[in-house]
Amino acid sequence: MYNPFSLEGKTILVTGASSGIGKAVSVTCSKMGARIIATGRDEARLEETMTLFEGNGHKSLAFDLTSEIPDELLTEIPSLNGIVHCAGISEIKMLRAITPNLLDKVMSTNFNGPVNLNNLLIQSKKVNKGGSIVFVSSISGSVATQIGEAAYAASKSAIIGYTKAAALELASRNIRINCILPGIIETPLLQTCINTFSEEEVTALKKKYPLRRFGQPEEVAHAVIFLLSEASSFITGSSIIIDGGFSIS
Amino acid sequence: MDLNEFITAFAGEFEETDSSVFTPQTKYKDLEEWGSLTALSIITMVDAEIGKTLTGADLRACDTIEQLYILIQNK
Repeated sequence: MYNPFSLEGKTILVTGASSGIGKAVSVTCSKMGARIIATGRDEARLEETMTLFEGNGHKSLAFDLTSEIPDELLTEIPSLNGIVHCAGISEIKMLRAITPNLLDKVMSTNFNGPVNLNNLLIQSKKVNKGGSIVFVSSISGSVATQIGEAAYAASKSAIIGYTKAAALELASRNIRINCILPGIIETPLLQTCINTFSEEEVTALKKKYPLRRFGQPEEVAHAVIFLLSEASSFITGSSIIIDGGFSIS
Repeated sequence: MDLNEFITAFAGEFEETDSSVFTPQTKYKDLEEWGSLTALSIITMVDAEIGKTLTGADLRACDTIEQLYILIQNK
């Protein structure tokens, strides 16, 4: 059957694989035939996520993205056809509450860590020619944002800049690199943010979405599958907005 | 922080509302200036000055400044 979206025969490394968008990405990619290298901080949660995978040959690697990756860990990572950087945190804080430590924490988890890992995998020639890299950015910062999201928005916007320059450099190896920019997605990360706001505010925010709801992690994962697959072979350095029409309204 | 100090700190988070408006019985959500910005400011103030985490649900559960103060004390 003709299927340009298939990930059969591809090995994909996913960060933040034990929760939220990362979990949905790794599970749905496995269903599209990919072999998944699932990474995250918690081995037990990775193992639990892996029980949902289809197919064989999957592997989990627990490590902290914000720390230097030891050589022994690098040798455990096989040749890759794709990487999906899903790991990230959010901290809703007003400007005066964004301490240097908090800013470091958000930037290192959302930007420095993923970028350092990406650079290392490229440098170590882990990514095959024809490979595809996807970063989970956000509409926050580059398209629209909320009060309290300054640090988060900065980290997510930084990803977009990096991706564009990286796309130019990686094109010679036929490695594509793109971003997805989700709006509000129903994940555990959203739950941590919801506690700061009232239920009325959340309901009011949902009404601002033309599709009248927040997104599901699988809906983000489907866009990732497109970018990882041959179906997007002429797309690089770009950003795909997945926000239920929020940013156009 | 006693109730009067809390009221002063609470009033300090409002840019356009006169401080004389704020009493223990003030229904803060009825104030014209009340909104997501002031709510987040109050949460930030409570975190910074009292060291406790106030949530949107807490702000919704209380009507008056005094009720909010008592809720915070009991956290």
